[in-house]
Amino acid sequence: MSDMNAENEILDIINITDGVDDGAQQYLTFELEDEHYGVEILRVQEIKGWDNVTPIPNTPEHVCGVLNLRGLIVPIVDLRLLFDMPFNPYTKTTVVVVLKVEGITDRIVGIVVDAVSDAQNVRPEMISVAPDLGSVVDTSFIKGIANIDDCMLMLLDVDKLLSVEQVG
Amino acid sequence: MSIDVSQFHSVFFEESFEGLDIMESGLLSMSQGETDDDTVNGIFRAAHSIKGGAGTFGFNNISEFTHGLETLLDQIRNGQREASHDVIETLLSAVDTLREMLTAVQDGSDIDTEKAEQVSNALEQILHGSAAESATTEEELPPAAESIEVETADSGVQPETQTQAQTWLIKFKPLPHLLQTGNEPIRMFHELAELGDLSVEVNEEELPPFTDLDPESCYLSWELTLSGDVDEAAINEVFEWVDGDCELSIERLEQYEADDEQAITTAEPEPETEQADIDEPVVPDSSLMEAETAEAPNVTEEVPDAIEAPTTTEVPTATEAPAATSTEVTPPTQAKTEAAPKKKAVTPDASIRVGTDKVDSLVNLVGELVITQSMLGQIGDNFDVSMLPQLIDGLEQLERNTRELQESIMRIRMLPISFVFNRFPRLVHDMTSKLGKQVELVLTGEQTELDKTVMEKIGDPLVHLVRNSLDHGLETPEKRLAANKPETGMLKLNAYHQGGNIVIEISDDGAGLNEEKILRKAIEKGLVDPNESLSPDKIHELIFLPGFSTADQVSDLSGRGVGMDVVRKNINSLGGVVEVKSSPGIGSTFTIRLPLTLAIMDGQIIQVANQRYIIPLISIIESVEVDLSKVNKVTGKGELYKIRDEYVPLIRLTKVFNLEGGIDNLEDGLLVIVDCEDYKVGLFVDELLAQQQVVIKSLETNFRKVKGVAGATILGDGTVALILDIPGLMTMHKEPTLVKKISTARVA
Repeated sequence: MSDMNAENEILDIINITDGVDDGAQQYLTFELEDEHYGVEILRVQEIKGWDNVTPIPNTPEHVCGVLNLRGLIVPIVDLRLLFDMPFNPYTKTTVVVVLKVEGITDRIVGIVVDAVSDAQNVRPEMISVAPDLGSVVDTSFIKGIANIDDCMLMLLDVDKLLSVEQVG
Repeated sequence: MSIDVSQFHSVFFEESFEGLDIMESGLLSMSQGETDDDTVNGIFRAAHSIKGGAGTFGFNNISEFTHGLETLLDQIRNGQREASHDVIETLLSAVDTLREMLTAVQDGSDIDTEKAEQVSNALEQILHGSAAESATTEEELPPAAESIEVETADSGVQPETQTQAQTWLIKFKPLPHLLQTGNEPIRMFHELAELGDLSVEVNEEELPPFTDLDPESCYLSWELTLSGDVDEAAINEVFEWVDGDCELSIERLEQYEADDEQAITTAEPEPETEQADIDEPVVPDSSLMEAETAEAPNVTEEVPDAIEAPTTTEVPTATEAPAATSTEVTPPTQAKTEAAPKKKAVTPDASIRVGTDKVDSLVNLVGELVITQSMLGQIGDNFDVSMLPQLIDGLEQLERNTRELQESIMRIRMLPISFVFNRFPRLVHDMTSKLGKQVELVLTGEQTELDKTVMEKIGDPLVHLVRNSLDHGLETPEKRLAANKPETGMLKLNAYHQGGNIVIEISDDGAGLNEEKILRKAIEKGLVDPNESLSPDKIHELIFLPGFSTADQVSDLSGRGVGMDVVRKNINSLGGVVEVKSSPGIGSTFTIRLPLTLAIMDGQIIQVANQRYIIPLISIIESVEVDLSKVNKVTGKGELYKIRDEYVPLIRLTKVFNLEGGIDNLEDGLLVIVDCEDYKVGLFVDELLAQQQVVIKSLETNFRKVKGVAGATILGDGTVALILDIPGLMTMHKEPTLVKKISTARVA
């Protein structure tokens, strides 16, 4: 039941901002710790509440396991752990964003995030190149950063972020 | 109302490819000297169907190409030409080219015209060559005369016929069911038009009123006048396929003279003929149902609405047609070819042919399922406890129905392995001639059935193994004779069922694996420690290591070093195993063991540390409670369990999978003895849960391959359970690499 509520809330948020400007791309934004990230909304297949997964033995820690998504076996990746951030126990607002990843073969992968916040219109001129942080942080999967309402939004390159090598 | 012919394309391609297979296997058996009428006729029929079909769908270059092929085949069929080695080789390459052309058309890509031309030139050359030959054998002719002879041979049929302009009157009255046999009058007329000047008159007297009209019947008859240097046999050939489905008379009119242009003038745009002309080119473009449109113009006043659609769509053809008939009947086909490229990239629909009995049994089962469903529905409508036995009965019935239904469906997916085996005669034929070896291919167990998906994936590995045997295994005739073996080598492909597996064996009586060379190479590549002593079996295993190739020279055929490891990988990914047995000088045998189906299997659900896994039921031998006195430790770590007279290695799933919270004390759990390739293994689990059929899903679709896991499935409660891969577990057990602890408690 709590899952349902969470899901409905999310859907409400998305419905509010569904107008699209010319040339703007819509991004689904979500939070990790206090950081804001965005993924292209067209890559989002669905958003669902956290559900128990089946762990897969001998896989990196960020791979939570696999989930049955209407007959598909979908791996779920904890984005915090993938980014080497401290693990945050899952609560009822913990959300799984199911994404379509394009590569040699197209795959479906779910990511666990703290909370989904908004759907944002981002025009190309708002995006600036991700700064090189040297060896501190690997930024290759950040497509760019956008400043929205004085808040830095990191736009993720889903294909690079969730490539087979990265996830496996 | 107009029919989109492209919907029939996939059927055409499928049939054509089947036809090509028939031609290929026929030609191969001919090359072994088994020329009988049935084979030749079979090949000819296949070529003819492809030609006809290609013409119908407007793939003109294919039909033209096939025409040359057909002519040659016809000569062989009529005994005018000997099926010599060269002729058959050319025909085989023509079959290849045709296959490439068809594939190109199917994919919507461009046809390699250059190659097609080469091959069709080769065909021409054979056709020409013989004419010249026969001409010279008849009598020594001066060069000029010879060239005339050649020209006539070119036109195809019966070079010795008089080639004077003649006029033929052909009365062609098809029986009503002609269209249902798939024959197209216009196709035949087109073909006639290629022979000479053709004019056509249609007779529509028998056309019934529109209300009585059966659109699938042919009510029209035609009177055709054909002038040109044509002989009766050529005309007969056009009508060969409708023989018995029509009334046909072919008369020879007086010699065609220049002034006597009756035939042509009638075709000139006089009102009535034009009417006729409009009518019949429409029929032809049609597939069966469009016969209706042909009739349309005659009933326009009565049903204008119904006519609108067909007439508008057919306008281009109809308008072009009158002009066409008076001159030549080709333009409509040209119009078609222009249209063809637009319908690019016909996506090839995968389809399988299923016996009607299999479908019938499915229908019956579905019937039973419906009955069960309604019975259960009734029970559910007003349920009280007294009906419990009935409910249980009903559920049992449902279970039975479901299982039977599933088994029938699986049977539909099963195809005989001959689908894969059939490609090998050609492969062997081609390769042996390239390698200068003599090899006899023996196929057995071709009727062994195998799941279609497995079949599709096993093809390439098999080809690789066969190539390897031919290239590396079997020796040249000289070497064989020197080794006191028959000159002709033997390559056997065998398939049979064993338990829930299908076994495919590829064996040759060649030199066997060169152990010394393999070992040397392995040491060279640092795969093996030079001081290590390996058993012959272990050495044979080395060939499956990545990057291993002993071929002295990288040949076109094999030896690129991407061989056996890929073969093993592919077979493993199908849940199968491949192994090799070899003895020097006697030969080697590769054995592939595959699961019968990839889709569904019987599974035993087990529990280990709060996790549920599935063991394929087929690999379970028994489950025993552990008797601690039978557990033997090896160097204090490895555990062996003595079961009857055997010691089996004991694998703790908690260890290989790094699970927390499982049972440690052997006495509290259960030992599942499973069959792992050649030996037995004991899997230590917490407890056994239910047995059930599971649908196998791949983890690789969205994730990647996981060691020790063959796949995943969805249990009744919607959660995912992993299916264990026993051989994989064994490897993991041998080389334990700890990655992480799985924590099952993620939720706060």
